[in-house]
Amino acid sequence: MHDDHVILCRCEDVTLGDVRRMLAAGYVTVEDLKRQLRIGMGPCQGTTCGLLLQREVASFLKKSPEDVPIAKARPFVVGVTLKAIAEAADEE
Amino acid sequence: MKSEIVIVGAGISGTAIAYNLAIRGMKDIVVVDQGYLTAGSTGRCGAGVRQQWQTMANCTMAKKSIEFFEHAAETLHYDEDIEFKQEGYLILACTAAEVEQFQKNVALQNSLGIPSKVVSKEEALKIVPHLNPDAFISATYCRTDGHLNPFKMTDAYYQAGKKLGVTYLFGERVERIDVEQGRIQRVVTDKRTIETARVVDAAGGYAKEVGELAGVRIPVYAERHEILVTEPIEKMQGPMVMSFSQNLYCQQVPHGAFIMGRTTPNEPHGHDLSSSWQFLDAMAKTVCKFLPKVGELHAIRQWAGSYCMSPDRQPILGPTDQLEGFYLACGFSGHGFMFAPMTGVLLAEMILGLPTTLPVEDLLIDRFKKQTTTVYEKSVV
Ligand SMILES: Cc1cc2nc3c(=O)[nH]c(=O)nc-3n(C[C@H](O)[C@H](O)[C@H](O)COP(=O)(O)OP(=O)(O)OC[C@H]3O[C@@H](n4cnc5c(N)ncnc54)[C@H](O)[C@@H]3O)c2cc1C
Repeated sequence: MHDDHVILCRCEDVTLGDVRRMLAAGYVTVEDLKRQLRIGMGPCQGTTCGLLLQREVASFLKKSPEDVPIAKARPFVVGVTLKAIAEAADEE
Repeated sequence: MKSEIVIVGAGISGTAIAYNLAIRGMKDIVVVDQGYLTAGSTGRCGAGVRQQWQTMANCTMAKKSIEFFEHAAETLHYDEDIEFKQEGYLILACTAAEVEQFQKNVALQNSLGIPSKVVSKEEALKIVPHLNPDAFISATYCRTDGHLNPFKMTDAYYQAGKKLGVTYLFGERVERIDVEQGRIQRVVTDKRTIETARVVDAAGGYAKEVGELAGVRIPVYAERHEILVTEPIEKMQGPMVMSFSQNLYCQQVPHGAFIMGRTTPNEPHGHDLSSSWQFLDAMAKTVCKFLPKVGELHAIRQWAGSYCMSPDRQPILGPTDQLEGFYLACGFSGHGFMFAPMTGVLLAEMILGLPTTLPVEDLLIDRFKKQTTTVYEKSVV
Protein backbone atom coordinates (compact mmCIF):
# COMPACT_ATOMS: atom_id res chain seq x y z
CA MET A 1 0.00 0.00 0.00
CA HIS A 2 1.15 3.57 -0.72
CA ASP A 3 2.58 5.39 2.35
CA ASP A 4 0.06 8.19 1.93
CA HIS A 5 -2.78 5.70 2.33
CA VAL A 6 -1.56 4.34 5.64
CA ILE A 7 -2.99 6.34 8.53
CA LEU A 8 -0.84 6.35 11.66
CA CYS A 9 -2.73 8.93 13.73
CA ARG A 10 -6.46 8.65 13.20
CA CYS A 11 -7.37 11.57 15.49
CA GLU A 12 -5.33 14.07 13.48
CA ASP A 13 -5.28 12.22 10.14
CA VAL A 14 -1.52 11.84 9.86
CA THR A 15 -0.22 9.28 7.36
CA LEU A 16 2.93 7.21 7.20
CA GLY A 17 3.87 9.31 4.16
CA ASP A 18 3.65 12.53 6.22
CA VAL A 19 5.93 11.02 8.87
CA ARG A 20 8.46 9.70 6.38
CA ARG A 21 8.69 13.07 4.58
CA MET A 22 9.29 14.88 7.89
CA LEU A 23 11.91 12.33 8.93
CA ALA A 24 13.68 12.85 5.61
CA ALA A 25 13.54 16.64 6.17
CA GLY A 26 15.48 16.20 9.43
CA TYR A 27 12.76 16.15 12.11
CA VAL A 28 13.90 12.94 13.77
CA THR A 29 12.53 13.04 17.32
CA VAL A 30 9.02 12.10 18.40
CA GLU A 31 8.65 15.57 19.98
CA ASP A 32 9.59 17.29 16.69
CA LEU A 33 7.25 15.12 14.62
CA LYS A 34 4.42 15.74 17.04
CA ARG A 35 4.85 19.51 16.84
CA GLN A 36 5.19 19.67 13.08
CA LEU A 37 2.47 17.14 12.18
CA ARG A 38 0.14 17.14 15.23
CA ILE A 39 0.63 13.36 15.40
CA GLY A 40 -0.54 12.19 18.82
CA MET A 41 -2.12 15.54 19.72
CA GLY A 42 -5.74 14.47 19.26
CA PRO A 43 -8.37 13.20 21.69
CA CYS A 44 -6.66 9.81 22.24
CA GLN A 45 -3.30 11.52 22.97
CA GLY A 46 -1.16 9.05 21.08
CA THR A 47 -2.64 5.93 22.60
CA THR A 48 -3.00 4.42 19.14
CA CYS A 49 -0.15 5.96 17.17
CA GLY A 50 2.49 6.45 19.88
CA LEU A 51 4.14 3.08 19.55
CA LEU A 52 3.79 3.02 15.76
CA LEU A 53 5.55 6.36 15.58
CA GLN A 54 8.28 5.24 17.94
CA ARG A 55 8.91 2.20 15.74
CA GLU A 56 8.99 4.31 12.60
CA VAL A 57 11.53 6.74 14.09
CA ALA A 58 13.61 3.80 15.36
CA SER A 59 13.77 2.17 11.96
CA PHE A 60 14.69 5.51 10.31
CA LEU A 61 17.51 6.06 12.84
CA LYS A 62 18.47 2.37 12.77
CA LYS A 63 18.00 2.20 16.53
CA SER A 64 15.96 -0.11 18.65
CA PRO A 65 12.53 1.31 19.63
CA GLU A 66 13.33 1.39 23.35
CA ASP A 67 16.16 3.84 22.57
CA VAL A 68 13.72 6.33 21.01
CA PRO A 69 12.12 8.59 23.64
CA ILE A 70 8.34 9.00 23.32
CA ALA A 71 6.26 12.11 24.01
CA LYS A 72 5.78 13.09 27.64
CA ALA A 73 2.68 11.64 29.32
CA ARG A 74 0.38 14.37 30.69
CA PRO A 75 -3.18 14.43 31.96
CA PHE A 76 -5.80 13.33 30.76
CA VAL A 77 -6.03 9.57 30.37
CA VAL A 78 -9.47 10.08 28.86
CA GLY A 79 -11.13 13.39 27.99
CA VAL A 80 -13.23 14.96 30.77
CA THR A 81 -15.66 17.85 30.33
CA LEU A 82 -14.56 21.06 32.03
CA LYS A 83 -18.06 21.35 33.48
CA ALA A 84 -17.70 18.02 35.29
CA ILE A 85 -14.40 19.18 36.76
CA ALA A 86 -15.85 22.54 37.83
CA GLU A 87 -18.82 20.84 39.50
CA ALA A 88 -16.63 18.35 41.30
CA ALA A 89 -14.40 21.22 42.47
CA ASP A 90 -17.44 23.09 43.81
CA GLU A 91 -18.49 20.12 45.93
CA GLU A 92 -15.16 19.93 47.74
CA MET B 1 34.40 24.75 15.92
CA LYS B 2 34.54 28.53 15.39
CA SER B 3 31.68 31.00 15.13
CA GLU B 4 30.91 34.72 14.96
CA ILE B 5 28.14 34.32 17.49
CA VAL B 6 26.52 31.59 19.56
CA ILE B 7 22.81 31.93 20.28
CA VAL B 8 21.65 29.85 23.26
CA GLY B 9 18.06 28.69 22.71
CA ALA B 10 16.09 27.61 19.63
CA GLY B 11 12.74 29.04 20.62
CA ILE B 12 10.96 31.78 18.73
CA SER B 13 13.49 34.37 20.01
CA GLY B 14 16.68 32.48 19.13
CA THR B 15 15.43 31.48 15.67
CA ALA B 16 14.22 35.04 14.93
CA ILE B 17 17.54 36.56 16.04
CA ALA B 18 19.55 34.06 13.97
CA TYR B 19 17.49 34.81 10.86
CA ASN B 20 17.73 38.58 11.32
CA LEU B 21 21.52 38.44 11.75
CA ALA B 22 21.92 36.18 8.73
CA ILE B 23 19.71 38.28 6.45
CA ARG B 24 21.86 41.31 7.38
CA GLY B 25 24.93 39.45 6.22
CA MET B 26 26.44 37.85 9.33
CA LYS B 27 28.16 34.51 8.69
CA ASP B 28 29.01 31.60 11.01
CA ILE B 29 25.99 31.86 13.27
CA VAL B 30 25.46 28.89 15.59
CA VAL B 31 22.27 28.24 17.54
CA VAL B 32 22.50 25.67 20.36
CA ASP B 33 19.52 24.09 22.10
CA GLN B 34 19.54 21.41 24.77
CA GLY B 35 16.28 20.02 23.41
CA TYR B 36 14.60 20.25 20.01
CA LEU B 37 13.05 23.14 18.06
CA THR B 38 10.47 24.86 20.35
CA ALA B 39 11.41 22.68 23.35
CA GLY B 40 11.06 25.62 25.75
CA SER B 41 8.17 28.00 26.36
CA THR B 42 7.63 28.55 22.64
CA GLY B 43 6.28 25.03 22.13
CA ARG B 44 4.11 25.35 25.24
CA CYS B 45 2.59 28.80 24.81
CA GLY B 46 -0.86 30.10 23.94
CA ALA B 47 0.66 31.83 20.88
CA GLY B 48 -1.79 34.69 21.07
CA VAL B 49 -0.60 37.98 19.60
CA ARG B 50 -2.10 41.27 20.79
CA GLN B 51 -1.38 44.97 20.72
CA GLN B 52 -3.63 45.94 23.60
CA TRP B 53 -0.94 46.83 26.11
CA GLN B 54 -0.51 49.46 28.75
CA THR B 55 3.10 50.58 28.17
CA MET B 56 4.40 52.32 25.09
CA ALA B 57 7.29 49.86 24.61
CA ASN B 58 5.01 46.82 24.68
CA CYS B 59 2.44 48.46 22.37
CA THR B 60 5.01 49.35 19.71
CA MET B 61 6.87 46.02 19.91
CA ALA B 62 3.57 44.20 19.44
CA LYS B 63 2.28 46.44 16.65
CA LYS B 64 5.45 46.13 14.56
CA SER B 65 5.52 42.38 15.18
CA ILE B 66 1.94 41.96 13.96
CA GLU B 67 2.82 43.88 10.81
CA PHE B 68 5.54 41.26 10.28
CA PHE B 69 3.24 38.28 11.01
CA GLU B 70 0.82 39.56 8.35
CA HIS B 71 3.45 38.83 5.67
CA ALA B 72 5.65 36.35 7.51
CA ALA B 73 5.15 33.37 5.20
CA GLU B 74 6.05 35.40 2.07
CA THR B 75 8.94 37.22 3.75
CA LEU B 76 10.46 33.98 5.02
CA HIS B 77 9.55 32.01 1.86
CA TYR B 78 7.76 29.42 3.97
CA ASP B 79 5.60 26.93 2.08
CA GLU B 80 3.52 25.68 4.96
CA ASP B 81 0.66 27.48 6.70
CA ILE B 82 1.65 29.52 9.78
CA GLU B 83 -2.09 29.61 10.62
CA PHE B 84 -2.26 33.33 11.37
CA LYS B 85 -5.81 33.95 12.51
CA GLN B 86 -6.53 37.65 12.88
CA GLU B 87 -9.92 37.81 14.59
CA GLY B 88 -9.00 40.01 17.49
CA TYR B 89 -8.72 39.94 21.26
CA LEU B 90 -11.73 40.80 23.37
CA ILE B 91 -10.47 41.96 26.76
CA LEU B 92 -13.17 42.01 29.41
CA ALA B 93 -13.46 44.79 31.97
CA CYS B 94 -14.86 43.15 35.11
CA THR B 95 -14.32 45.88 37.71
CA ALA B 96 -14.91 49.63 37.77
CA ALA B 97 -11.16 50.13 37.96
CA GLU B 98 -10.68 48.12 34.78
CA VAL B 99 -13.36 50.10 32.94
CA GLU B 100 -11.48 53.28 33.76
CA GLN B 101 -7.98 51.91 33.07
CA PHE B 102 -9.02 50.39 29.74
CA GLN B 103 -10.16 53.79 28.50
CA LYS B 104 -6.65 55.10 29.12
CA ASN B 105 -5.11 52.02 27.51
CA VAL B 106 -7.18 52.43 24.36
CA ALA B 107 -6.25 56.14 24.18
CA LEU B 108 -2.55 55.22 24.33
CA GLN B 109 -2.98 52.38 21.82
CA ASN B 110 -4.90 54.61 19.39
CA SER B 111 -2.24 57.31 19.66
CA LEU B 112 0.26 54.70 18.43
CA GLY B 113 -1.96 53.66 15.52
CA ILE B 114 -3.39 50.50 17.10
CA PRO B 115 -7.07 50.09 16.07
CA SER B 116 -8.45 49.05 19.47
CA LYS B 117 -11.74 50.37 20.84
CA VAL B 118 -13.93 50.27 23.92
CA VAL B 119 -17.06 48.18 23.33
CA SER B 120 -20.24 47.98 25.41
CA LYS B 121 -21.52 44.72 26.84
CA GLU B 122 -24.04 44.46 23.99
CA GLU B 123 -21.36 44.95 21.35
CA ALA B 124 -19.11 42.41 23.06
CA LEU B 125 -21.93 39.86 23.01
CA LYS B 126 -22.27 40.36 19.26
CA ILE B 127 -18.58 39.53 18.86
CA VAL B 128 -18.68 36.51 21.22
CA PRO B 129 -22.33 35.48 21.67
CA HIS B 130 -21.66 32.65 24.13
CA LEU B 131 -20.12 34.98 26.76
CA ASN B 132 -21.93 35.05 30.09
CA PRO B 133 -23.46 38.57 30.10
CA ASP B 134 -23.41 38.73 33.91
CA ALA B 135 -19.66 38.10 34.15
CA PHE B 136 -18.33 41.44 32.84
CA ILE B 137 -19.13 45.14 32.53
CA SER B 138 -17.70 46.16 29.15
CA ALA B 139 -14.69 45.27 27.02
CA THR B 140 -12.03 46.45 24.63
CA TYR B 141 -11.54 44.92 21.21
CA CYS B 142 -8.77 45.09 18.65
CA ARG B 143 -9.59 43.27 15.43
CA THR B 144 -5.99 42.96 14.19
CA ASP B 145 -4.85 40.96 17.24
CA GLY B 146 -4.84 37.19 16.80
CA HIS B 147 -3.08 33.86 17.03
CA LEU B 148 -0.50 31.76 15.15
CA ASN B 149 0.71 28.18 15.19
CA PRO B 150 3.87 28.51 17.32
CA PHE B 151 5.50 25.36 15.91
CA LYS B 152 5.09 26.50 12.32
CA MET B 153 6.06 30.13 12.97
CA THR B 154 9.28 29.00 14.67
CA ASP B 155 9.90 26.44 11.92
CA ALA B 156 9.55 29.26 9.36
CA TYR B 157 12.34 31.27 11.03
CA TYR B 158 14.39 28.09 11.49
CA GLN B 159 14.18 27.06 7.85
CA ALA B 160 14.80 30.60 6.55
CA GLY B 161 17.88 30.84 8.80
CA LYS B 162 19.19 27.48 7.67
CA LYS B 163 18.88 28.54 4.02
CA LEU B 164 21.05 31.56 4.86
CA GLY B 165 23.68 29.31 6.43
CA VAL B 166 22.77 29.31 10.14
CA THR B 167 23.99 26.16 11.93
CA TYR B 168 21.63 24.56 14.46
CA LEU B 169 22.85 22.15 17.13
CA PHE B 170 20.03 20.31 18.88
CA GLY B 171 20.24 18.05 21.91
CA GLU B 172 23.31 19.97 23.10
CA ARG B 173 23.45 21.75 26.41
CA VAL B 174 25.58 24.85 26.95
CA GLU B 175 27.51 24.13 30.14
CA ARG B 176 30.24 26.78 30.19
CA ILE B 177 30.88 30.21 28.78
CA ASP B 178 34.57 31.00 29.28
CA VAL B 179 35.53 34.62 29.86
CA GLU B 180 39.14 35.80 30.03
CA GLN B 181 40.25 39.40 30.57
CA GLY B 182 36.69 40.59 30.23
CA ARG B 183 36.14 38.92 26.88
CA ILE B 184 34.18 35.87 25.87
CA GLN B 185 36.52 33.15 24.58
CA ARG B 186 34.40 30.12 23.98
CA VAL B 187 31.15 28.30 24.65
CA VAL B 188 31.45 24.73 25.86
CA THR B 189 28.56 22.31 25.39
CA ASP B 190 28.28 18.72 26.56
CA LYS B 191 29.44 17.71 23.07
CA ARG B 192 31.93 20.32 21.81
CA THR B 193 33.79 23.60 22.20
CA ILE B 194 32.84 26.60 20.07
CA GLU B 195 35.32 29.49 19.80
CA THR B 196 33.37 32.74 19.81
CA ALA B 197 33.53 36.30 21.13
CA ARG B 198 29.77 36.84 21.20
CA VAL B 199 26.86 35.08 22.88
CA VAL B 200 23.11 35.76 22.84
CA ASP B 201 21.17 34.54 25.85
CA ALA B 202 17.78 33.50 24.43
CA ALA B 203 17.36 30.64 26.89
CA GLY B 204 13.79 31.46 27.98
CA GLY B 205 13.09 30.11 31.48
CA TYR B 206 16.80 29.36 31.87
CA ALA B 207 18.04 32.83 30.85
CA LYS B 208 19.22 33.61 34.39
CA GLU B 209 21.28 30.41 34.61
CA VAL B 210 22.84 30.96 31.17
CA GLY B 211 23.75 34.50 32.24
CA GLU B 212 25.41 33.09 35.35
CA LEU B 213 27.58 30.82 33.19
CA ALA B 214 29.20 34.02 31.91
CA GLY B 215 29.06 35.85 35.25
CA VAL B 216 26.23 38.12 34.07
CA ARG B 217 23.47 38.86 36.58
CA ILE B 218 19.99 39.20 35.08
CA PRO B 219 17.08 40.20 37.36
CA VAL B 220 14.64 37.55 36.14
CA TYR B 221 13.10 34.37 37.50
CA ALA B 222 11.24 31.41 36.04
CA GLU B 223 7.63 30.73 37.00
CA ARG B 224 5.44 27.81 35.94
CA HIS B 225 2.31 28.64 33.95
CA GLU B 226 -0.25 25.99 33.11
CA ILE B 227 -2.54 25.65 30.12
CA LEU B 228 -4.92 23.09 28.63
CA VAL B 229 -6.54 22.15 25.35
CA THR B 230 -9.94 20.67 24.50
CA GLU B 231 -11.14 18.38 21.76
CA PRO B 232 -11.64 20.24 18.45
CA ILE B 233 -15.14 21.35 17.41
CA GLU B 234 -16.68 23.47 14.62
CA LYS B 235 -15.78 27.12 14.78
CA MET B 236 -17.73 29.01 17.44
CA GLN B 237 -15.37 31.73 18.70
CA GLY B 238 -13.46 34.30 16.65
CA PRO B 239 -11.37 36.31 19.12
CA MET B 240 -9.28 35.45 22.14
CA VAL B 241 -11.30 36.22 25.28
CA MET B 242 -9.21 37.56 28.12
CA SER B 243 -9.61 39.03 31.59
CA PHE B 244 -6.76 40.36 33.69
CA SER B 245 -8.67 40.75 36.98
CA GLN B 246 -10.46 37.41 36.65
CA ASN B 247 -7.31 35.73 35.39
CA LEU B 248 -8.35 34.02 32.15
CA TYR B 249 -7.47 33.67 28.49
CA CYS B 250 -9.37 31.37 26.15
CA GLN B 251 -9.08 31.03 22.39
CA GLN B 252 -10.33 28.68 19.69
CA VAL B 253 -7.53 27.90 17.25
CA PRO B 254 -8.18 27.27 13.53
CA HIS B 255 -7.76 23.54 14.09
CA GLY B 256 -10.93 23.72 16.22
CA ALA B 257 -9.55 23.11 19.71
CA PHE B 258 -9.93 25.61 22.54
CA ILE B 259 -6.75 26.58 24.36
CA MET B 260 -7.03 28.23 27.76
CA GLY B 261 -4.85 29.27 30.63
CA ARG B 262 -4.63 31.28 33.82
CA THR B 263 -2.00 32.17 36.39
CA THR B 264 -1.89 30.09 39.55
CA PRO B 265 -1.47 32.53 42.46
CA ASN B 266 1.65 32.20 44.65
CA GLU B 267 3.41 29.91 42.23
CA PRO B 268 6.95 29.35 43.60
CA HIS B 269 9.86 30.51 41.42
CA GLY B 270 11.58 27.61 39.66
CA HIS B 271 11.61 25.12 36.85
CA ASP B 272 8.83 22.73 37.88
CA LEU B 273 6.72 22.01 34.78
CA SER B 274 4.38 19.38 36.21
CA SER B 275 0.59 19.55 35.83
CA SER B 276 -1.45 20.39 38.93
CA TRP B 277 -5.06 19.68 39.92
CA GLN B 278 -5.21 23.13 41.49
CA PHE B 279 -4.84 24.71 38.06
CA LEU B 280 -7.34 22.33 36.52
CA ASP B 281 -10.02 23.04 39.13
CA ALA B 282 -9.60 26.80 38.95
CA MET B 283 -9.39 26.80 35.15
CA ALA B 284 -12.55 24.70 34.78
CA LYS B 285 -14.48 26.94 37.18
CA THR B 286 -13.31 30.15 35.51
CA VAL B 287 -14.13 29.06 31.99
CA CYS B 288 -17.53 27.68 33.04
CA LYS B 289 -18.33 31.05 34.57
CA PHE B 290 -17.30 33.18 31.57
CA LEU B 291 -17.90 30.84 28.64
CA PRO B 292 -20.36 28.18 29.84
CA LYS B 293 -20.66 26.55 26.40
CA VAL B 294 -16.92 25.97 26.25
CA GLY B 295 -17.24 24.18 29.59
CA GLU B 296 -19.19 21.43 27.86
CA LEU B 297 -16.10 20.38 25.88
CA HIS B 298 -13.75 17.57 26.87
CA ALA B 299 -10.32 18.68 27.99
CA ILE B 300 -7.76 16.35 26.43
CA ARG B 301 -4.36 17.57 27.58
CA GLN B 302 -2.93 19.79 30.27
CA TRP B 303 0.69 20.98 30.28
CA ALA B 304 2.97 23.73 31.58
CA GLY B 305 5.76 26.07 30.53
CA SER B 306 7.89 28.84 31.99
CA TYR B 307 7.35 32.56 32.10
CA CYS B 308 10.69 34.38 32.38
CA MET B 309 9.63 37.26 34.65
CA SER B 310 11.36 40.65 34.62
CA PRO B 311 10.92 43.34 37.32
CA ASP B 312 8.67 45.57 35.17
CA ARG B 313 7.13 42.77 33.08
CA GLN B 314 8.76 44.10 29.92
CA PRO B 315 11.45 42.29 27.92
CA ILE B 316 15.17 42.73 28.55
CA LEU B 317 16.92 43.13 25.21
CA GLY B 318 20.41 44.01 24.00
CA PRO B 319 23.92 44.41 25.40
CA THR B 320 25.01 44.74 29.03
CA ASP B 321 27.96 46.64 30.51
CA GLN B 322 28.62 43.57 32.67
CA LEU B 323 30.29 41.75 29.77
CA GLU B 324 31.26 42.84 26.29
CA GLY B 325 29.83 40.64 23.55
CA PHE B 326 27.02 39.25 25.73
CA TYR B 327 23.49 40.05 24.57
CA LEU B 328 20.17 39.45 26.27
CA ALA B 329 16.81 38.44 24.83
CA CYS B 330 14.79 37.37 27.85
CA GLY B 331 12.41 38.53 30.57
CA PHE B 332 9.41 38.37 28.26
CA SER B 333 7.16 37.78 31.28
CA GLY B 334 4.74 35.58 29.37
CA HIS B 335 4.50 37.44 26.07
CA GLY B 336 7.68 36.74 24.16
CA PHE B 337 6.01 34.90 21.32
CA MET B 338 4.12 37.93 20.04
CA PHE B 339 7.20 40.20 20.31
CA ALA B 340 9.62 37.83 18.59
CA PRO B 341 9.71 39.49 15.16
CA MET B 342 10.88 42.75 16.79
CA THR B 343 13.13 40.90 19.23
CA GLY B 344 14.89 39.45 16.19
CA VAL B 345 15.17 42.78 14.39
CA LEU B 346 16.31 44.82 17.42
CA LEU B 347 18.88 42.26 18.59
CA ALA B 348 20.36 42.01 15.10
CA GLU B 349 20.52 45.80 14.82
CA MET B 350 22.16 46.22 18.25
CA ILE B 351 24.65 43.39 17.65
CA LEU B 352 25.66 44.78 14.25
CA GLY B 353 25.81 48.37 15.50
CA LEU B 354 23.01 49.57 13.20
CA PRO B 355 20.44 52.24 14.09
CA THR B 356 17.46 50.57 15.79
CA THR B 357 13.99 50.44 14.26
CA LEU B 358 12.42 51.31 17.64
CA PRO B 359 13.77 53.18 20.66
CA VAL B 360 15.38 50.60 22.95
CA GLU B 361 16.06 52.58 26.17
CA ASP B 362 13.04 51.07 27.95
CA LEU B 363 14.18 47.57 27.00
CA LEU B 364 17.87 47.63 27.97
CA ILE B 365 18.94 45.96 31.22
CA ASP B 366 20.39 49.32 32.33
CA ARG B 367 16.90 50.62 33.04
CA PHE B 368 16.92 48.69 36.33
CA LYS B 369 19.89 50.72 37.58
CA LYS B 370 17.70 53.80 37.81
CA GLN B 371 15.58 53.79 40.92
CA THR B 372 13.00 55.91 39.16
CA THR B 373 11.48 53.24 36.94
CA THR B 374 7.76 53.88 37.17
CA VAL B 375 6.52 52.18 34.03
CA TYR B 376 5.07 48.81 34.94
CA GLU B 377 3.08 46.59 32.62
CA LYS B 378 -0.10 45.49 34.40
CA SER B 379 -2.00 44.07 31.45
CA VAL B 380 -0.85 40.50 32.01
CA VAL B 381 -2.32 37.10 32.79
C1 LIG C 1 1.42 28.59 29.26
C2 LIG C 1 2.06 29.72 28.50
C3 LIG C 1 1.29 30.53 27.67
C4 LIG C 1 1.88 31.57 26.96
N1 LIG C 1 1.09 32.32 26.11
C5 LIG C 1 1.67 33.27 25.35
C6 LIG C 1 0.89 33.99 24.39
O1 LIG C 1 -0.31 33.76 24.23
N2 LIG C 1 1.51 34.94 23.66
C7 LIG C 1 2.85 35.22 23.80
O2 LIG C 1 3.36 36.09 23.12
N3 LIG C 1 3.61 34.55 24.69
C8 LIG C 1 3.06 33.58 25.46
N4 LIG C 1 3.82 32.89 26.37
C9 LIG C 1 5.23 33.28 26.54
C10 LIG C 1 6.09 32.71 25.44
O3 LIG C 1 5.93 31.31 25.39
C11 LIG C 1 7.56 33.03 25.69
O4 LIG C 1 7.74 34.37 26.07
C12 LIG C 1 8.37 32.78 24.43
O5 LIG C 1 8.04 31.53 23.85
C13 LIG C 1 9.85 32.82 24.76
O6 LIG C 1 10.58 32.34 23.66
P1 LIG C 1 12.12 32.19 23.77
O7 LIG C 1 12.61 31.74 22.45
O8 LIG C 1 12.69 33.46 24.32
O9 LIG C 1 12.37 31.09 24.91
P2 LIG C 1 12.07 29.50 24.85
O10 LIG C 1 11.04 29.16 23.87
O11 LIG C 1 11.86 29.07 26.25
O12 LIG C 1 13.43 28.91 24.31
C14 LIG C 1 14.57 28.80 25.11
C15 LIG C 1 15.35 27.59 24.66
O13 LIG C 1 16.60 27.59 25.33
C16 LIG C 1 17.00 26.27 25.52
N5 LIG C 1 18.00 26.26 26.60
C17 LIG C 1 17.87 26.68 27.88
N6 LIG C 1 19.01 26.52 28.55
C18 LIG C 1 19.91 25.98 27.68
C19 LIG C 1 21.28 25.58 27.78
N7 LIG C 1 21.98 25.71 28.91
N8 LIG C 1 21.87 25.07 26.68
C20 LIG C 1 21.19 24.93 25.51
N9 LIG C 1 19.91 25.30 25.37
C21 LIG C 1 19.27 25.81 26.44
C22 LIG C 1 15.71 25.54 25.85
O14 LIG C 1 15.80 24.16 25.53
C23 LIG C 1 14.68 26.26 24.99
O15 LIG C 1 14.37 25.58 23.80
C24 LIG C 1 3.27 31.84 27.10
C25 LIG C 1 4.05 31.02 27.92
C26 LIG C 1 3.47 29.96 28.60
C27 LIG C 1 4.34 29.09 29.46
